[in-house]
Amino acid sequence: MTTDSRSNTRTAWFFILPAVIIMAAACLYPVVSAVRLGFFDWSMGTPWAQAKWAGWTSFEIVFTDPAMWRSLLTTLKFAAVSVSAEMFLGIALALALEGNIRGMAFFRTLFILPMMVAPIAVGLTWRYLFDAQFGLINAVLGVLGVAAKGWLADETLAFAAIIISDIWQWTPFVFIMVIAGLANVDNSVLEAARIDGARWWTLTTRVKLPMIAHVLAITLVMRLIDAFRVLEVIYVLTFGGPGDSTEVLSLHIYKTAFIGQKLGAASAISVLLLVVVMVLTWLALRMSNPLADSEKDK
Amino acid sequence: MNDQRALLALRYVALTLLAILCVGPILVMALTSFKTQAQTFTTGLSFFFAPTMENYRDVIFDSSFGRYLVNSLIVGIVATLITLLLGCMAAYGLARFSFSGRKTIAYTTLMLRTVPLAVIAVPVFMIWSDWKLTNSLTGLILLYVAVNLPFTIWLLYGFVLQVPVELEEAAAIDGCRPWKIFLRIVLPLIRPGLAAAAIFTFRIAWNEFILALVLTDRSTRTLPVAASLFVTDIGVEWGKLMALATLIALPPLAFTFLAARQVISGLTAGAVKG
Repeated sequence: MTTDSRSNTRTAWFFILPAVIIMAAACLYPVVSAVRLGFFDWSMGTPWAQAKWAGWTSFEIVFTDPAMWRSLLTTLKFAAVSVSAEMFLGIALALALEGNIRGMAFFRTLFILPMMVAPIAVGLTWRYLFDAQFGLINAVLGVLGVAAKGWLADETLAFAAIIISDIWQWTPFVFIMVIAGLANVDNSVLEAARIDGARWWTLTTRVKLPMIAHVLAITLVMRLIDAFRVLEVIYVLTFGGPGDSTEVLSLHIYKTAFIGQKLGAASAISVLLLVVVMVLTWLALRMSNPLADSEKDK
Repeated sequence: MNDQRALLALRYVALTLLAILCVGPILVMALTSFKTQAQTFTTGLSFFFAPTMENYRDVIFDSSFGRYLVNSLIVGIVATLITLLLGCMAAYGLARFSFSGRKTIAYTTLMLRTVPLAVIAVPVFMIWSDWKLTNSLTGLILLYVAVNLPFTIWLLYGFVLQVPVELEEAAAIDGCRPWKIFLRIVLPLIRPGLAAAAIFTFRIAWNEFILALVLTDRSTRTLPVAASLFVTDIGVEWGKLMALATLIALPPLAFTFLAARQVISGLTAGAVKG
C-alpha cells in the first residue's frame, strides 16, 4: 500500500463509499426513523408534516398494553423452547454422527434444504401438514393410534406447531455448525485423553464440548437473534392465531402498523425489539471479534 | 469388529432418517402440487395417486404469472449483482486500509445485519412513499441491497483477509493502482466467497416476502407475495399453492445441489476458526 496516508484514505473511501451510502440511506436511516416514529402520532396516508409530537405517549400506551406483554412473553417462550431444542438436538446429532462417514457430503446437502427453501413455502407446507382434517401429521398420528388434533385451532397446539416448524428448519443449521467445529478439533488432545483412560461420556463433556465452546456460543446467539426476528413462517402458518397465542413481536409490530394503523405504537414496540436484538448482536460481536484478524496500526 | 460395523450401520440409519425428515415436508409440498383439488382434501397418507399437471398449468398460464416471475428474476439478479459489487469493494476497503472511522463503519455494518425486517417495514414504507419508490422494483432492489450488504461485506471480509498481502504489495511496487490490484489479484482469489455471497443474497432476494408485500403492487409483485395471496378467507387452493411454492423453491434447490459446499462455507465462516 502507498505510504501517502491521504491517498490511502481517499482510496479506502472510494471502495467503501457506495456501500456505505446505500446502507446508510436504506437501512440505517429507516432504523433511526423507526425509533423516531415512536415519538410522533402519525397515520399512514396523511402527510408526514402533519404528524404531531407525542412524546412518550406511544411508549406509555404500548407498555401498558396487555397485548404487547403477551406478545413479548410468546416471543420469549418461542425463543427459549425452539433454540434450546435446536441446540440440544443439533449437538446430540452432531456428536453421534461426526467423523469420516462416506457420503456425509451428500447427507449434508440434504440437511441444508430446510434453510434454503423460502420461509413462506415452509410456512404454507407446514400449514398443510398440520391441517386438522387432511394433514399428514394427523394421519401419522392416526396410524400410531393417537387421536387427530386440531393443531392450528388450539392455542397450545398452535404454539407447538410453530416450534416444530422452526425446529425442522433450523436444527440442521446447528448440526452443520457443530460438525464443522468438531472437525477442527485437535485429535491429539482427544487421543491423549483417551490414553489417560477417559471414557466416551467424559471425553465428550469434559474435552470435546469445551473445545468447541466458541462455536457453540456463536451458534446459540445467532439462533437466539433469529428466533426474535422470526416473522414470515408464523405469518403464514398461524398469522398469530388462534387469538394472539402465537403472535410474536415481529408479527405484533406488523399487525399494529399495517392492520391497526397505529404507527406510533408499532414504532414503540419496534424500539423494544430492536434493543433486544441489538444487545444480542453486540454479544455475538464481542464473542467473534471480527476485526481481530487485522488490527492495523494507525 | 462387529461392534464397529453395527455402529456404522446405525449411523447410516440415523442419517437416512434425518434426511427423510429434512426432505419430507419439501416432498409433501412437491407431491401435493400434482394433486387435484379433491385429492388434496383426502386425509393423510396418500402417496399413490394419479398425478395431474393441472395446477402447474393453472399457475403458469395465469396471465400474471409471467409478470411475477420476471419481477422476481429482475429483483433477485439485480440485487445480487449490486450487492456483490458494492460488498466486495467495501470488504476490500475495510480489510486492506486503515482510516479514521474504519471501526465505526465496520461495527455499524455488523450491527445492521440483524435488524428485524418488521422493524424497518414501517419506516421504509413511509420513506419510500416520500421518495416515490413504493410499488417499484427499484425501491425493492435498493432495500434488498441495503439489507444484504452487511452480511455480504462480513463474509467477503474474511475471504479478502486470506489473500496473501505480499501479492498485493508486489503489485503495488510494480506500480499497479489499487483498483487494478483489487480487480486483477484480489477478486479472482476470493471467488468462492463471491459464490457463497451470491447464493445467499439471491436466496434472500428471491424468497423474501414481508418487505415485498409492503412495497409492491399488482404490477411489481414478486412470486412469494403472489403465493401468499392463494390463502384466502374462502379457502386455500392447496394444489395450486403448492405448485407455486414448488416453483419458487426451484432456484434455491438448484443452488443447494450445485453449490452445497459454498453454502456451508458461508454459514460457518467466521464462527469456526481454522
